Amino acid sequence: MLLEGILITIVGAATPIVLAAIGDLVVERSGVLNLGGEGMMIMGAVCAFGAALATGNPYAGIVVGAAAGVGMALLFGLFTIYLASNQVATGLALTLLGLGLAGLIGEDFVGTPGVRLEAITIPGLSAIPFIGPALFDRDILVYLSFAIVAGVAYVMFRTRAGLVLRATGENAEASHALGRDVRLIRLAAVAFGGACAGLGGAYLSLALTAQWTEGMTAGRGWIALAIVVFATWLPGRLLVGAYLFGGVIILQLHGQALGINVPPQAMTMMPYLATIIALVILSRNQALMRRNTPAALGRAFVPDR
Amino acid sequence: MKKVTSSLLALGTAAALSLGVVATTPADDETIQAAFVYVGPVSDHGWSYAHDQARLAMEAELGDMVETTYLESVSEGADAVRALERLARAGNDIIFATSFGYMESVGEVAERFPDVKFEHATGYQSGENFANYNGHFYEGRYVLGKIAGLETESNTIGYIASYAIPEVISGINSFMLGAQSVNPDVEVKIIWVNTWYDPPREAEAANALMDQGADILVQHTDSTAQLQAAQERGLRGFGNDSDMGAFAPDAQLTSIVNNWAPYYVDRVRAVADGTWETGSAMGSMESGMVQMAPFANMAPETQAVAEETMAGIIAGEIHPFTGPIYNQDGELVVAEGEQAPLDMILGMNFYIQGIDDAYPN
Repeated sequence: MLLEGILITIVGAATPIVLAAIGDLVVERSGVLNLGGEGMMIMGAVCAFGAALATGNPYAGIVVGAAAGVGMALLFGLFTIYLASNQVATGLALTLLGLGLAGLIGEDFVGTPGVRLEAITIPGLSAIPFIGPALFDRDILVYLSFAIVAGVAYVMFRTRAGLVLRATGENAEASHALGRDVRLIRLAAVAFGGACAGLGGAYLSLALTAQWTEGMTAGRGWIALAIVVFATWLPGRLLVGAYLFGGVIILQLHGQALGINVPPQAMTMMPYLATIIALVILSRNQALMRRNTPAALGRAFVPDR
Repeated sequence: MKKVTSSLLALGTAAALSLGVVATTPADDETIQAAFVYVGPVSDHGWSYAHDQARLAMEAELGDMVETTYLESVSEGADAVRALERLARAGNDIIFATSFGYMESVGEVAERFPDVKFEHATGYQSGENFANYNGHFYEGRYVLGKIAGLETESNTIGYIASYAIPEVISGINSFMLGAQSVNPDVEVKIIWVNTWYDPPREAEAANALMDQGADILVQHTDSTAQLQAAQERGLRGFGNDSDMGAFAPDAQLTSIVNNWAPYYVDRVRAVADGTWETGSAMGSMESGMVQMAPFANMAPETQAVAEETMAGIIAGEIHPFTGPIYNQDGELVVAEGEQAPLDMILGMNFYIQGIDDAYPN
């Protein structure tokens, strides 16, 4: 029973990070560094909450949450891709804008119980001991998070579109010389990243806690960004990193409840520490690291330069 | 009322400060200008929310006598100094700084503006024009303990704590003294989340505690997430700082409600009358600062005990920290029949006997 409960909560802790991180991964693979993940995520959270509340339908909330993330991402894309502004500064500004704007939009939602996203039980699979309830008796966003990671892994490495995306992230000039619309490709990647971050935010305000509170993303957008780097821009490792992070979050809570004598500050630090150590070990392979780091990451591309 | 919202967390503070100056119109001599500085967003539904509710109640009661303004999400430190200075320069007569961490900043600014009255919540310093105020919130936690001790079936209480500071420690001890007084077998499992406010993390902690057998949750954090988590599992718990019943109508047993309004009314009125004096005010259940949300979801007998306890505390017949009290090592810290001195409560740095957890350092 306890193990089952732990697994269920680990999936809950990991899912928003998986969603935000897989979006960041695609964005960075296209050569764009968007530090606005936190801002897009919280906009997703507040808009999803509001839409679910207004319509009474959490699925409408999911759609609107993703759309809000896309809207924020397009704003970022307009500045960094078409006006070639500094990606780091613009991304940070996007985070600050998102946090503030979400607070403004959410002012009336504070203190209002939200609409909870219900689980969809998959018959048969959900009866598997331990992992059944944790993985197959969940809401749609949990299923979606796995589907997106699998989809990204497939498209990125097994299709022509993925090759074009990666090429753009490696060398935008070369991609441009081959007649690719670099800016459009990057904008599409950025928009996808926004949608994923929006979904991650929606998960927080619809599934994990059916409420809106200012600043409720609490740094998860930043964790997602870090996990992408340590996962060497590979979807499978990203999944491992996010679940490791979620797992240690939950296990340290259980450790405390069991009365294990470790300072609580150290316990709180554990998920970050464990994730970094594990992913540093994973990314020790220098050749792999070099092969996977998008060479053009963070560099603006202006076609006629 | 002039509302000054600083929405952006860090940069926003600076923006709001400039807004604050623009928004404040010169006062005519009759109207008292009162300003509030909050550490969190007004919408936290906890600590800052309670202060802002009190500001609104004070405004409603005093009507034209007062005009208020506030700054939210002001970080402790340099930002607080700037905020207080601007508010003082903008012609405010009295400024309430509502977080412990503002203490040094208030002292510094108060010296420079001798004509402005400064009020600091939950600190211990004061000066000529610098008063502090606080509440005996542990009194409420004693009542929560009685309720939890009587209502628990698994004899396991889950406690979600923020930071290991004396206020939180004395709350845990007071709670356990209350629980032990009605149920000698009661156990508490404590999780420190190291935040005042992170709803998803608080929910995760709540789930962990319930997975380990806790059937009643107590919180010393600010969000409503754990009550919702309890409601979802058909278990119960207590809110904090304000009535959170709307979030979990079937789960909230009661909640400690911080009512700062009477104090704010008194102090602003004193400024208007010219009778304001510095000092250290301590609100309590008796003074009405520590209130409880309506009792719900409990047996009538439990409710009777809770009401009796409250009445006893208000009448001064019950003091939560009445000896004999032993610490975890079994040493007697408060002798039989004696009450813990206020200094010990405000600086509490030990767990009482019966708490199995290791004391956090």
